[in-house]
Amino acid sequence: MKTSLLFYRRLPSPLHATRAGVGALWAGSLSVAAIVLYHPLVLGALLLAVLGAGAAAGVGGPLARSMRAAAIVWLPIVVVNLLVSREGLTVFARLGDLGPFGQGNLTVEAVVFGAVIALKVMLLILITTLAGLAVDPDEALRIVRRLSFRSALTASLATRMIPVLAADAQRLAEAQRTRPQGAPGGARARVALLRAVIGGSLDRAMDVAATLEVRGFATARRAPRLARPWSRHDLAFLGSAVAALALAVIGRLTGAASFDAYPEVHASLDAGTIALCLGLLAATLLPFADRRGVDR
Amino acid sequence: MTAPLLSFDRVSYHYPGLEQAALEEISIAIQPGEFCLLAGLSGHGKSTLLRAACGLVPHFHGGRFAGRVTLAGLDTRGHGPARLGALAGVLFQDPETQLVMSTVRAELALALESRGHGAAAVARGVEEVALALGIDALLDRSTHQLSGGEQQRVALGAALAGRPQLVLLDEPTSQLDPVAGDELIGLLRRLNQEWETTILLAEHRLERCLYAADRVIALEHGRIGCDGTPGEFLAWAAVRAPALQTPAAKLFAQLALAPAPAGVRQARATLRSHGLLPGAEPDHAESPAKPTPAVGRKQRRGAPAAALQISGAWHELRDGPAILRGVTLRLRLGESVALMGRNGAGKSTLLRHAAGLLEPTRGRVERAGRVALLLQNPGDYFVQERVADEAPAQALAAVGLSEMAERNPRDLSGGERQRLALAIVGGAEEPPAVLALDEPTRGMDRQAKSELAAELRLRAAGGQAVIVATHDPEFAAACADRAVLMADGRVIADGPSCELLAGGWYFATETARILGGAGGALLPEQGAELLRERASDALTATDASPDGAVATDASAALQQQSSTTILPGAAQ
Repeated sequence: MKTSLLFYRRLPSPLHATRAGVGALWAGSLSVAAIVLYHPLVLGALLLAVLGAGAAAGVGGPLARSMRAAAIVWLPIVVVNLLVSREGLTVFARLGDLGPFGQGNLTVEAVVFGAVIALKVMLLILITTLAGLAVDPDEALRIVRRLSFRSALTASLATRMIPVLAADAQRLAEAQRTRPQGAPGGARARVALLRAVIGGSLDRAMDVAATLEVRGFATARRAPRLARPWSRHDLAFLGSAVAALALAVIGRLTGAASFDAYPEVHASLDAGTIALCLGLLAATLLPFADRRGVDR
Repeated sequence: MTAPLLSFDRVSYHYPGLEQAALEEISIAIQPGEFCLLAGLSGHGKSTLLRAACGLVPHFHGGRFAGRVTLAGLDTRGHGPARLGALAGVLFQDPETQLVMSTVRAELALALESRGHGAAAVARGVEEVALALGIDALLDRSTHQLSGGEQQRVALGAALAGRPQLVLLDEPTSQLDPVAGDELIGLLRRLNQEWETTILLAEHRLERCLYAADRVIALEHGRIGCDGTPGEFLAWAAVRAPALQTPAAKLFAQLALAPAPAGVRQARATLRSHGLLPGAEPDHAESPAKPTPAVGRKQRRGAPAAALQISGAWHELRDGPAILRGVTLRLRLGESVALMGRNGAGKSTLLRHAAGLLEPTRGRVERAGRVALLLQNPGDYFVQERVADEAPAQALAAVGLSEMAERNPRDLSGGERQRLALAIVGGAEEPPAVLALDEPTRGMDRQAKSELAAELRLRAAGGQAVIVATHDPEFAAACADRAVLMADGRVIADGPSCELLAGGWYFATETARILGGAGGALLPEQGAELLRERASDALTATDASPDGAVATDASAALQQQSSTTILPGAAQ
């Protein structure tokens, strides 16, 4: 039985073959780039790079699903920014006096800036999803466990419980469909079903807690440091992370790919902008070119 | 005598809020290296005893606890499950809730890391336990991608990773197919014999593991009913707890043969010594003694309209494998069919297609009426607080639950839950044309299984077609006339139960394995009848022989018993 939720699965890809720490750092660098850069073209290039990385990691399908789901943030962000922003000059609609909120002037600049912010949010969602799908959570949490064992293990457990509870909910829904009248409808039936799911999850939690007890959770100590040689993929993604971070910082500090939404929209389209776009694409995607030793 | 590894000294225990004791005055001592089997009906204290042995009772569950449990000299009242876990590995019934990490490697490492082992010791421990259990190929797999059998082996690996002196197992084979179940028992035996690991195993299907045990502890209502060798246990069960008897023991009891055998090998040796087995090799050639009603292809051709007709059904996952590969299956009204095969063979998917929960990607499914599907976990059906709110009164009456209408469904016993789920899917108005059950006997004791088999027989006799996916050959033999064996999404064998469940190693009943499939005898009663006939034939042949040879004592004795006596307490 397949579930629609997104989980880590070990696949033969360079990103999956990379140690979790480096994978997380790489995702973090891309996130920093998405946060500090504002030029729509650069953000578009970053979006292309992330989707390309997802496809190269073998998780293109789930990432596309995640993108569709993330698209719902677009409209609220644009609308909210349109209503609260007072900085644009190109007014396309006047709502009049809105009392304590002042004059309700809707501007093109507010729409554009809202769309840029929405794009950044979508990028962050996609990068997080990609990391969740391709970076081993156990290994990542193992790093955290050296600092705080129980917190990390609790997080690990929560990660593990998601597919278990998803499977439970799917089973429960399937069982309801086998009733002669089909799954009961109405608010009361939904509440009863929800109660059953919550009750079941509490039972599950008790079982898992008992397992953790006998595995020594209560006496948990600091996780040992594992000696592991650096693979070509570790080095490649580390290089990629550093390059992406450097490009983001340079792009921000030097004003290459400058973008201003207010008071009027201004976006540079010079060689620096194009170079930054190509640089980010290359830095993100090049580590995927080498597929030697990706399978375990 | 060495000090016991595990001892219970007058232990009594009540779960919080319950007046009835789960354990009462339990005193046992288990020596290092023993392989102990824990027998008993559901709810009689097996799981509680295991949880007391590892300190979960009382530390985790609370309640009232009296007496003393010591594990390797540590009093469980003074040491919690975390400390005791280093000495005792625990494997519970449901493997899914015992896998707490995302990958197999992390799962195996968790217990070692928790106890502060160094990196090298963790890596070595993981590697060794993976090799010992044959799960090294799974190390980098995600735990939620594993099959039931794989999950159980990984959970066992996690319990064994710290090389505990004692392993406590609570019905570990209940969700496994016969092959995986036998592999697990073989593995435990190896651990016990090669590394002297002490095993305490609670199990309902005793025929799977009795041969491996040194000792059997039977619990009755939380008290020790019997504590002895497998032979002593079987002798006790024949008189005091027939529901705990293995099929082999029942067969011998029906024939008034003693001692009751602990396994197939011992049973065959005894029968051979009495001249009741024809040769050293299994006798598959002998024709079935009691052919079951017509189920062969030719006979089905002229049969009445099918209750269910599955024609060339495929179920192919997008970006994944084909789960069903051109399955064709026809069920007649009033027919009862057992669907068998390994975990992942496609049984559950086939039943979902039958019930219309899934649509085949190729092929078609035709139904003469409604197909009621009872899924594996009856608890999944319960969403209300009262039994009466779950199913119509008429349906409750049909399964004998009218008196429990006011109770909470979750407070029912395993057998009662199964019956309530049956009432829910069966409905009240128009009975379903087909009743499909997916692994309905998981975790059920023999008595509950026997009641369910009788219920299914009754429904088939009433005209419903019944199809049951099961891993339990004994249950299949008890409830079905026809058996269908699936592998890799295909039907690989389809025929009368007396043929299909008689001729194999894994998908065969214990009686059939003892008799080598002779006469199609699957159940102890059928086996006993066959052996009586053999004894009778031998006696007749001897009487008629020209040299006046004397029949064997056993043959004569059996001949006499066939018309007169059955051991007290052995008759079922």
